[in-house]
Amino acid sequence: MTEGKETPLKKVLIIVAKANIEDVYAGLIMANGAVMEGIEAKLFFTFFGLDAITKKQMNKLHTATVGNPGMRMPNGWQFPTLLGALPGVEAGVSAMMKKQMDELDIPPVDEFLDMITAGGGEIYACKLAAEMFKLTMDDFNENVKAIITVGDLYAMSAGEGTQIIFT
Amino acid sequence: MAEKTLAGKTVEVTGEGYLVNKEDWSKEIAAELAKEDGIDLTEKHYEVLDYLRKEQAAGTTLTIRKVGKSGITDIKGLYQLFPGGPLKLSSKYAGIPKPASCV
Repeated sequence: MTEGKETPLKKVLIIVAKANIEDVYAGLIMANGAVMEGIEAKLFFTFFGLDAITKKQMNKLHTATVGNPGMRMPNGWQFPTLLGALPGVEAGVSAMMKKQMDELDIPPVDEFLDMITAGGGEIYACKLAAEMFKLTMDDFNENVKAIITVGDLYAMSAGEGTQIIFT
Repeated sequence: MAEKTLAGKTVEVTGEGYLVNKEDWSKEIAAELAKEDGIDLTEKHYEVLDYLRKEQAAGTTLTIRKVGKSGITDIKGLYQLFPGGPLKLSSKYAGIPKPASCV
């Protein structure tokens, strides 16, 4: 067996490209967890992930009730895709998820961004995706530091003990 | 488990330096634990520690969000008081177990 030398994690760059509640929160929780451990954290939002940092959409995220095999009924049965397609079902399920998260002290998205930046975490929007959706800094939450390119992101990843995480 | 002499008293600590017995805690022990990390405890620090001890005794799962809403300090202030590990360090100095929450 070879003796492995561990390099402590110093920096994480977390990329969020989807707007489902679960994808966005995975990124937020991991970034917040990092700053709480004294690890430098940068969040990069791209494609539909931009919903999580736009003032209009950030607190209205949904969980997909169609085509989501992980979804179950409260009794553990598979959630029927056709049921998920009915009007109001996705909204209801999303509201239930948010209620359960609130009970665990998981904050709404805007407050979560406040928490992460209070700890020194940084929030960035992807330039290409912002152009695609015609979004500018005015559309984003005040915690968004800048709109940057992928090249800028990689430049920020320099250094020993850095990991890039794609949720 | 290891033993450690803090403020003239021998106490049991975990591998990560958390007190094993809450009853061993005193303000002086908190001050010595913080000093090991280069932090000088002020009144504000002690207010946070008192809050944590009370909440933990009441069985609450502690999060930085809760502390930020306690009225003692906001989250930014908490990071300034306990740089590099707001909840972990404050829990350690408060003599309560290592936080078991992801938020």
